[in-house]
Amino acid sequence: MVLPNQNVTGIPQSRSPIEKTLDQGFVWLTRLMAWGIIVVLLLLGFPIAQQAIPAIQEFGLGFLFSSSWNPVNNQYGAFPMIYGTLVSSFIALLFAVPLGLGTAIFLSEDFIPLSIRTALTFLVELLAAIPSVVYGLWGIFVLIPFLRPFQMFMYQNFGWIPLFSTPPAGPGMFPAGVILAIMILPIITAIARDSLASLPPDLRQASLGLGATRWVTIFRVLIPAAFSGIVGGIMLGLGRAMGETMAATMIIGNSNNLKISLFAPGNTIASLMANQFPEASGLQVSALMYAGLVLFALTLLVNIAAEWIVNQVKAKYQ
Amino acid sequence: MSNLSQKTNYAGSQGFSLIRNSKSSRDIFEFLMTGIATACILITLIPLFAVLFYVLVKGAGRLNLDLFTKLPPVAGQTTGGIASAILGTIQVVAIATIVAVPFGVLAAIFLSEFGKNGQVVRWIRFITNVLSGVPSIIAGVFAYSFIVLKMGTFSVVAGAIALAILMLPTIIRTTDEALQIVPQEIRWASVGVGASNYQTALQVVLPAALPAILTGVTLAVARAAGETAPLLFTVVYTNNWPKGPLSPTLPSLAYLVYEFARGFDKVLQEFAWAASLVLVALVLLTSVIARFATRQKQF
Repeated sequence: MVLPNQNVTGIPQSRSPIEKTLDQGFVWLTRLMAWGIIVVLLLLGFPIAQQAIPAIQEFGLGFLFSSSWNPVNNQYGAFPMIYGTLVSSFIALLFAVPLGLGTAIFLSEDFIPLSIRTALTFLVELLAAIPSVVYGLWGIFVLIPFLRPFQMFMYQNFGWIPLFSTPPAGPGMFPAGVILAIMILPIITAIARDSLASLPPDLRQASLGLGATRWVTIFRVLIPAAFSGIVGGIMLGLGRAMGETMAATMIIGNSNNLKISLFAPGNTIASLMANQFPEASGLQVSALMYAGLVLFALTLLVNIAAEWIVNQVKAKYQ
Repeated sequence: MSNLSQKTNYAGSQGFSLIRNSKSSRDIFEFLMTGIATACILITLIPLFAVLFYVLVKGAGRLNLDLFTKLPPVAGQTTGGIASAILGTIQVVAIATIVAVPFGVLAAIFLSEFGKNGQVVRWIRFITNVLSGVPSIIAGVFAYSFIVLKMGTFSVVAGAIALAILMLPTIIRTTDEALQIVPQEIRWASVGVGASNYQTALQVVLPAALPAILTGVTLAVARAAGETAPLLFTVVYTNNWPKGPLSPTLPSLAYLVYEFARGFDKVLQEFAWAASLVLVALVLLTSVIARFATRQKQF
């Protein structure tokens, strides 16, 4: 017969010191890794800035507003690329925002059965999974020839507008903007859909109960309530478009001259770096690093703002 | 009776009736907007099917045994394969995975198990999301300044570390979410029978979330396999067989597409399409598998 107190004394009262250390050590290891993420983000910009110092000393802030990029004379200014980054991203948003918002509404409201909606959501997500370089290849051989008639039409009929004032050369700012639009559609759709879906059902019920129709509810109640989330998603898309490298490099034309026309070849900061870095040396590397630093700062600001806005919405309705 | 019907008519024409009326401006608006939303999703899906269609049609011509066993052709040759590029991609992505998975999974364990949902955890989640928006080219430039310049040579490892940085946010986020879904009761049960922190985390909670974590990892791997920009700054492209982690040269699928697509050689362009087909097939396969894997829930 086993006595109860024998049983109790069989269990050690506390863990052995080794086990305690091991346990604490594991918790600290995970903590270290988690803090490591912050370190990684902080560390990203540092060596790039260090490399950029010679160019920063040489050109100062004038680098951002000068438009001569001439490796032969060691004269560098990034204005055409900054302009190209902003304009191509803006074209991308012009197409992607209405399409993404429409898609998000379609996928979050009950227009069609849930199972089909789930499948469609998956298909939209797949757009984000296709490698950027494949979009670039497709852009060169399929999208550019496809867009040419439209560009030709705009040039012939609206050529007096500076934006359409050059004959389409094939690669250019406009096709790059269209490719970027395709690439950022999934993120805009996903965030806008999440924001709409996370609204409390009471909002929708109250609106419908007052006699509003489905679309009146969407426009007057749901979109205003989810507005900041949608804006956050658009900004995340903007961040992606500004930083996208391969597809842009392959179809933007890589011209360092500033042209107002959207049909002329242009350049973005990312495609400038991808294109010139392998053959660069000396001050040119430093100038490219300076351009990279500008790109990093731009995308970081946009992304932080976007994340902050999206988080605010989550906090509001949880 | 006539009074009543008059009333309904009146209401209908003013747009207050609950009965659908194809002539009322309100119902026309509803119908029109539904049509526009439907058009939006159809237009969104056109590029997806167009890309898949062209990659399949243009890439299928080279889809044979040679593609997976031979080296890429040089100018003038008409046959060959992309075997070296496939091996090179596997190599660099494998190193990136070995770096990113333990780092990411341990960080996620802290976030969901030990962080107690404090301010710090919220900040780290925020930073992780911001990190996922960092352009891939920046990761490449970072690896160049931080590793290539320090080591004095381009290397596969430098490329792998750039890819690992890009994989981290995906791994952390999916692992964090997967661990949070594991019910609290099994943690209590584990602690109740006398398990310590690391035993509960590693032997009880982690295995329970394993399918979802593996899904996240495969998605990250697929994404890293398609990345080109970081490799531009860290290794030199070659058509030859990969030579190990410290080699300054590396053949890779994504770079092969970029390199061959820019040239005017029709044969090389065919190989660019074939390599794209392999990349897209990889991505589609992992996405579909991931979808089915996450459906099977343990709890």
